[in-house]
Amino acid sequence: MSHTVLLTLSLLLAVAMIGAAWITISVHRVATAMLAAGLVSLFASVMFLLLAAPDVAMTEAAIGSGLTTFLFFFVLGRVRGGSDD
Amino acid sequence: MIRNFAVFLLLLGLAAIFMHLMQGYIPATGLNQTAQYYAEHAAQDLGAANIVTAIIVTYRGLDTLGEVTVLFLASTIIGMVLAHGSNKHRRALQRKLPPSGELLTTGSRLLTPLILLFGAYVFLNGHLTPGGGFQGGAILASAALLLLLTDPLRRFSHRLIAVVESISGLVFVGLGVLGLLLAGGFLDSRILPAGDFGTLFSAGAIPLIYSFVGLKVGAEFTSMLAHLAETERS
Repeated sequence: MSHTVLLTLSLLLAVAMIGAAWITISVHRVATAMLAAGLVSLFASVMFLLLAAPDVAMTEAAIGSGLTTFLFFFVLGRVRGGSDD
Repeated sequence: MIRNFAVFLLLLGLAAIFMHLMQGYIPATGLNQTAQYYAEHAAQDLGAANIVTAIIVTYRGLDTLGEVTVLFLASTIIGMVLAHGSNKHRRALQRKLPPSGELLTTGSRLLTPLILLFGAYVFLNGHLTPGGGFQGGAILASAALLLLLTDPLRRFSHRLIAVVESISGLVFVGLGVLGLLLAGGFLDSRILPAGDFGTLFSAGAIPLIYSFVGLKVGAEFTSMLAHLAETERS
């Protein structure tokens, strides 16, 4: 019973990850692409949790979806503040 | 047209490779020999309730030292590349930036101490619960990130960051050498008594080592963020 629930949840997460990754490469606004890439990391961290790897899940959530996304936004701000594009 | 065809061929080749890998895949039914050793011996050898931490800090301590070194190199190089910006546009910038919202300001005042506390909790309890130095350090750095989001002109003391980072690096390596002298080898955590299994002061030197790793990782990420925030929008 619990096994079926886990499997369904993992499949949903996998589909969501692929969807978010598709948004990342297909969308034209850079900010949206960054947010979607962060979403992929967030889903990946939940997936790690389901796969019984909480340590990896914490690292992924803190670094992959937290720090990296904001680092991208920092750099985007710097690039926009520079020459006209 | 030709480009699309090349991409299609590349994807087809990748699909063939993965198909081949999938067909040869047999799911493992048990732990392999190394994993079995760790699973059976970590608790009684080192007294750490979290086997992952026992592996990262003690059995594979040298790898952790390597990872910390790589992170240190990365943050040093970022500092070196970005350190050439000057502060002359700062006043002009201060007038240009709109104030951050009331919600963000008040929320960051409330949340920053809590985030710092949670980061310290994560690396102090690395031997008991999931998490540890790297995760705790990243959480510490996210508190710095929140402060920078609230006030992009906030400046962190680079001297403080450098002092915290170098002292924790030195202590980490020093504890490793102590393990060489007093216990079984480099970065052996059995230089302190194992204590009661599952309590905060247990597992030898693992909490001590992981706390310093956490401080070092937090200082490195914070210095990267601070350097990025300080570069001028020239």
